[in-house]
Amino acid sequence: MTQDTVGMEVHLAGDALGVITVRGDVTAASEEALMEAYTRVAEDSPRAILLDFSGLEYMNSGGIGLLVTLLVRANRAKQRLLARGLNDPYRQIFELTRLDEAISIYTNEAEALAAV
Amino acid sequence: MSEQNMARDAGNWATPVDRLAVPNVPAGALDTVGGKQVVSPIQGFGKMWQKTYRVSLAGADVTPAEVVETWKTEFPTFWPKGNQFHAPLTGIAPGEVALLQASVGGGLKLSTGVFVLYADEDSFTFMTPQGHMFAGWITFSASEEEGTTVAQCQVLMRAQDPLTEVGLVLGGHRKEDRFWQDTLRALAARFGLEAEPETSVVCVDKRRQWGRAGNVRHSSAFRSGIHTATAPLRKRR
Repeated sequence: MTQDTVGMEVHLAGDALGVITVRGDVTAASEEALMEAYTRVAEDSPRAILLDFSGLEYMNSGGIGLLVTLLVRANRAKQRLLARGLNDPYRQIFELTRLDEAISIYTNEAEALAAV
Repeated sequence: MSEQNMARDAGNWATPVDRLAVPNVPAGALDTVGGKQVVSPIQGFGKMWQKTYRVSLAGADVTPAEVVETWKTEFPTFWPKGNQFHAPLTGIAPGEVALLQASVGGGLKLSTGVFVLYADEDSFTFMTPQGHMFAGWITFSASEEEGTTVAQCQVLMRAQDPLTEVGLVLGGHRKEDRFWQDTLRALAARFGLEAEPETSVVCVDKRRQWGRAGNVRHSSAFRSGIHTATAPLRKRR
């Protein structure tokens, strides 16, 4: 099995925005870490969840699939899913996979917070 | 992100495309995907499913990378009888488009295609275009688990339109399961094994996206039906 080499930290930005900071590789093996991070940050019922990818090292198609699963889970809880910290190649991958139609991309946390 | 990691990643993903193009249509194939956009499960209509099919290659002296290489190179040979996969001339590589005919029952073959979204030495992923039965991704991979190589096919998809959703409920899911199970049996046989795949099905989202019901206008089923019905006339020419 592919080794899990991802780290997740969570914090709240105001009452409305839960932030998951992603570090390392996001692959299918990251499912447990990502869902556990979501569970922790969602405890306070923020209106939106921001995925901070500024520490992302690598993401494969399994990782993209994981984001879709997380999106469904967040939407079920009536939360929006947002992203920041994506470099140009990963922004393009969000466009290619059309994830950007459901996960809004922001430049920084303050901008995301202002949008929720 | 470091430059080293971008180099590790860069060639594995397809570059963005607005519309698909099929420059060389193989003989016997029907291009119903040229000019279409690719679609993810987000753009589909039906319930979202994650289906995972796995087969253990215990007893075969083969690494995950060798399995994936063989799978890519000989992909059409693993498909069940009655279905055709026209691999791109340059092979299964990011950005390529492959045309296919899938038997959907009643003698009808559906002509559609897939876009190669991602490929590395351990996995490769197809993304479907508008008009395909499903909106989503199919990832083929192999990994080592406790000293044994395991091959896996994982589908994350929604039916693309209401007609396909009805078809899935009326036996389409069973047919799809059999399709990928047979594919994995054929892959195992390629390595000299008679192995039984395991299947795991999870409904990720029970909701149907009624706002996407209009996807039916892209359906390739109509064009494929006409193509099948007029096949005898083409043969006569």
